Amino acid sequence: MQTVVDLTRCQGYAQCVFLAPDVFELHGEEGLLYATAVPDDQVERVRQAAAACPVQAILLGEEVSGGAR
Amino acid sequence: MPGDLKDGRIVIVGASLAGLRAAEALREEGFTGSLTVVGDEPHPPYDRPPLSKQVLLGQATADTTGLPMRRDPDAEWRLGVRATGVDLLAKQVLLEGGESLPYDRLLIATGTRARPWPDQEEGALDGVFTLRTREDAGGLAERLAAGPERVLVIGGGFTGSEIASACRERGLEVTVAERGPAPLVGALGGTLSKLAAAMQRNHGVDLRTGVTVTALRGNGSFTGAELSDGSRVDADVCVVALGAIRNVEWLAESGLAAGPRGIACDAGCRAFNMYGIVTDDVFVAGDVSRFPHPLFGYQMLSLEHWGNAVEQAKVAAHNMVNPGPLQHPHLAVPSFWSTQFGLNIKSVGVPTYSDHVVIAQGSLEARRLAMVYGYQGRVTAAVTVDMAKSLDYYRHLIETAAPFPPPPGAQDRAIAADIAVPSDVPDPSGLSHGPIVALTGHLPDRRLSVVQPTR
Repeated sequence: MQTVVDLTRCQGYAQCVFLAPDVFELHGEEGLLYATAVPDDQVERVRQAAAACPVQAILLGEEVSGGAR
Repeated sequence: MPGDLKDGRIVIVGASLAGLRAAEALREEGFTGSLTVVGDEPHPPYDRPPLSKQVLLGQATADTTGLPMRRDPDAEWRLGVRATGVDLLAKQVLLEGGESLPYDRLLIATGTRARPWPDQEEGALDGVFTLRTREDAGGLAERLAAGPERVLVIGGGFTGSEIASACRERGLEVTVAERGPAPLVGALGGTLSKLAAAMQRNHGVDLRTGVTVTALRGNGSFTGAELSDGSRVDADVCVVALGAIRNVEWLAESGLAAGPRGIACDAGCRAFNMYGIVTDDVFVAGDVSRFPHPLFGYQMLSLEHWGNAVEQAKVAAHNMVNPGPLQHPHLAVPSFWSTQFGLNIKSVGVPTYSDHVVIAQGSLEARRLAMVYGYQGRVTAAVTVDMAKSLDYYRHLIETAAPFPPPPGAQDRAIAADIAVPSDVPDPSGLSHGPIVALTGHLPDRRLSVVQPTR
C-alpha cells in the first residue's frame, strides 16, 4: 500500500502523527514527512489517520500495477 | 452513439501525477471508453516531493514513492514509451518505434524535466547530479550516504534549498551558489528571501549569492567548481538545481501553441493551436500547461506545483467528457509548500505578482510569520512560515481581491501589518534556477516603469 499526503491541504494538525507515528513524522514545528510505502502492519493505522485528518489530506491506495490493464 | 463524450478513445500522454489523477477522474466522470496512458519513464506514477526530502535524508528509498490510486482507472499503461508527435488532423499520437495511437480526445500532461548543466562534458562528470526523477534521487541519496567532503548545490530555488537542508541535516558540508541576491528570491520576493538566506547561514550552509558557477572541474570525477567572483569551491558532489525545462519538444511539428513556457490553453484546459485558436479535442494539464488566470491580470501562468497538477487534471478530465456549457474553468489559487531547515514554508497566490508586502502575523525574529503580498492595492499572495493554519484565511482574501494592506482579522496583527515595504520581485533572468511560478506577461514593476516619450 502507498500513501500520499496532499501537503497543499495539510495544516499541521498532526492527528496522523499521533495515530500512526511509524508512518508520519513532524519535521520541525509543522513540516510533515511520511513513509510513502506503508508497511502491511501499519495499513490500519494509516486508514485511521486518513479518517481523522481534519483537512482530509491523506490518501491510501494501491500503486498502478506496472504492466498492461 | 456518435458524439457521446462518455465513450470513445482517450489517450493521456504523461504518466505522472497529473496523468494519473486525470485518468481516475475520467472514470469518476463516467467515461466508459478506452483509456491509454503513455509515459516515457519505465515506472508507474510516483510522487516527487519526497525525493528531495525523505529520500535524501535516508528515511525512504527512491523506489518506494509510488503514488496511490484513488481508484483503478482501468487504463492501458504504456510505460517506458516516448511519444514523438501528434497528428492533429488524423487524431493520432505518434510513438517512438513508429507506432501510432488513435484518439478521440487527447490529454497532454508531459510535465517538465531537470535543466541540465549547459556544458555536456562537465555535466557528465561522475558526482554531478540533477534531481527530478527516481533515479536521480536514488543516485544522489547513495552519494550523500557515502559521506562526501562537500556538496556544491548550483541554484538556490526550492529544490536547491531543500537539498542543502538535507545535506546539513546529514552533517555534510554544503555550498549553495545562487545568481540572485538570496535563496528562494524567485518564489518569495526580496524581503522573505532574506530570511531564507539567514536560515541557510544559521544552519551552516556556505551560501554564495550574486555569483554564477562558470565551470565544473574534474578528471572523470567532479572535484570542484569555479565561480564568477574568481573563487573556487572544492567539492566531490555537485547538484545542478537550475529549474526545469518543459517537455514540449515532441510537439514542435504538431501545430499546437507549445513553447519553452509550456503549452498554452484556455481556462478550461483546452489547448491552443499555434494561431491561438482553441482545439476541441486536445487538453493540457500540469506543469507543461500555461493558462490565463483572472486573479493575476489574466496573465498566462506556468506553475510547477503539485496542487496545480491535481486540480488541473480534475478540470481537464471533467471537460473532456462534458459538452461546452457544462465545462468547468480551472481557477484554483496557486499554492505550494516546502519543508527545509526545520521550517514549513507555504504559499498561496502568486507572490511575484506583487509590489508591496506586509508582515501580517508573527515576525522574522520568531521564524514564524504570515507575509501578505499586494499589487496595486489588493491582496495577491500570502506566504506562511510555520503558520499553515492561517493560509485559508489569506486564500479567501486573494479570491475576493481584498484591499491591501489586508483588513484586520488576523489574531496577532502587529504594527508591521500596517507598514508596507517593497516586495522586491526580481527579474527572473537574474536567477540561476527557473522560477516555479512564471508569469509570462509583464512583471508588475516593469509595467509600472513604462514611460511615455516626453517629446
